[in-house]
Amino acid sequence: MQHRWLFISQLVFTLAVCAFLIVPVVLSALAGVTENFFFGLKSGLTTRWIVEVWNLYSDTMFLSLLIAITCLVVTLIIGVPTAYVLARQGGKTARFIEEIIVLPVAVPGLAIALAMIIMYGGFRDFRISWVFILVGHVLYTLPFMVRSVLAVLSSMNFRELEEGAASLGASFWQRFRTIVIPNAKPGILAGSLMVITLSIGEFNLTWMLHTPMTKTLPVGLADSYASMRLEIASAYTLVFFIMIIPLLVAMQMLSRENHRIKKIKEDPQSDLTPITLKREKA
Amino acid sequence: MIQRDYPKLFVMILPAAIVFVAFFIVPMARLAVVGASGENGLSAYTSMASKPRHFESMVATVLLSFSVTLVALAISTISGLFLVRNRFSGREALVSLLTFPLAFPGVVIGFLVILTAGRQGLIGSITQAVTGDKLVFAYSMAGLFVGYLYFSIPRVILTVMAAAEKLDPALEEAARSLGASPWRVMRDVVLPALKPGLIASGAICFATSMGAFGTAFTLATNVDVLPMTIYTEFTLNANIASAASLSIILGLVTWLALFIARTLSGSSVAASA
Repeated sequence: MQHRWLFISQLVFTLAVCAFLIVPVVLSALAGVTENFFFGLKSGLTTRWIVEVWNLYSDTMFLSLLIAITCLVVTLIIGVPTAYVLARQGGKTARFIEEIIVLPVAVPGLAIALAMIIMYGGFRDFRISWVFILVGHVLYTLPFMVRSVLAVLSSMNFRELEEGAASLGASFWQRFRTIVIPNAKPGILAGSLMVITLSIGEFNLTWMLHTPMTKTLPVGLADSYASMRLEIASAYTLVFFIMIIPLLVAMQMLSRENHRIKKIKEDPQSDLTPITLKREKA
Repeated sequence: MIQRDYPKLFVMILPAAIVFVAFFIVPMARLAVVGASGENGLSAYTSMASKPRHFESMVATVLLSFSVTLVALAISTISGLFLVRNRFSGREALVSLLTFPLAFPGVVIGFLVILTAGRQGLIGSITQAVTGDKLVFAYSMAGLFVGYLYFSIPRVILTVMAAAEKLDPALEEAARSLGASPWRVMRDVVLPALKPGLIASGAICFATSMGAFGTAFTLATNVDVLPMTIYTEFTLNANIASAASLSIILGLVTWLALFIARTLSGSSVAASA
């Protein structure tokens, strides 16, 4: 009896926490499609705020997408090889390099942006182009790509596979392309989703690095919060949610899938085995 | 194979190394030098002690971050343990909803606080209907606290759940069979086992709150938290040396907190809000 009571009180508590996190999101989504937020839903639903947001801010959305995709390409090109080198090297050197790569996540974006402006602010063409923002995003997202790929590589013995391939005459680059990359795929995929999501939502660095000509979506959001009516700010936020939520859902699904596979590897007798094995075969 | 590969491995890590040195290491070093280049020289780094405004802002930020960390840990431990130990329908959906605001930027969270506790906010209209007085606290320390709590809970819940999944149920079983009450099992078995995970996620939460700029930027009209002080020093007062030295100090504090977290847990760490 006491057990039941404990369960219910904990459930209610958790639901309350959930409400704390979700109610404001719903509120903001509703405000974005309400004729007049002050009078509430009874003033009627409308898409006119969203249309207005599109007219005012669509360029910020395209710039954010452009930066996110370029940032992904750069982190793939420089991050995946780095993760491979760290996984091969191992030991103290690798740990030290990893520690340095993670620094831009540990240091507040404001400080990094300030450092970049003091150092490169004088190079006008660079300062006013979107590439300036891209550099900041690459620094900030690279650790996530590297760690995500590194985690997958460290959890398997790709070295044995590589040695087998080498004994059959495969060159270094052949091995990298046909053994390392395919095996690191779950990590690359998870890292890519993370990089895109973080880049689209990045504000701390971007606010300092942007110019009036290079506004990203979160910069535009801050702008609209300060100067636009509540309905437009909400509609803009709604557009942002629509862009970012599919990415978040994909990320959760992926991590759940990886988690399940890991569990089966650790405990092959688990009751989950038949289902997932079937899926892997299919 | 290993010996011959070394030059190629070096080539592979080179692009990342160049980007890092050119755009992070060198600029950060320059920032540290600029921090000492103001009229007060190196003593800019001790301005925390000499300038009351900087000192107050530091104390306010530390207190805020610390209390947010404590409350987030308490809430997440209760909910996290509950979600790991019970299986019921809708559980997965609940976990998804709880971890879903993880990637919201700080500005958006600030706006959500305004919608909830601002002048036209939900809490305002409810309190006005019930008591006749409109409760508005979005633009005060309380508003910042709510916003920081919002971005902290999903992070901390994830780490608590990961730590709780590794607990050995046999230990609790043993304690229970020896006659320990549920409360004592919690205090003497479960919480001590969770301690490293709780300290680690607490440190992450603290570092994130210390450096949070977006939420403060949207809300802090009356409150000086450290990132806002740095921002005003840089943009309004054009006091670059002072902004630089404060940034370096803030960076050291957050890095240290995250370093502690990593040594304790070895898990990945994210500080963005």
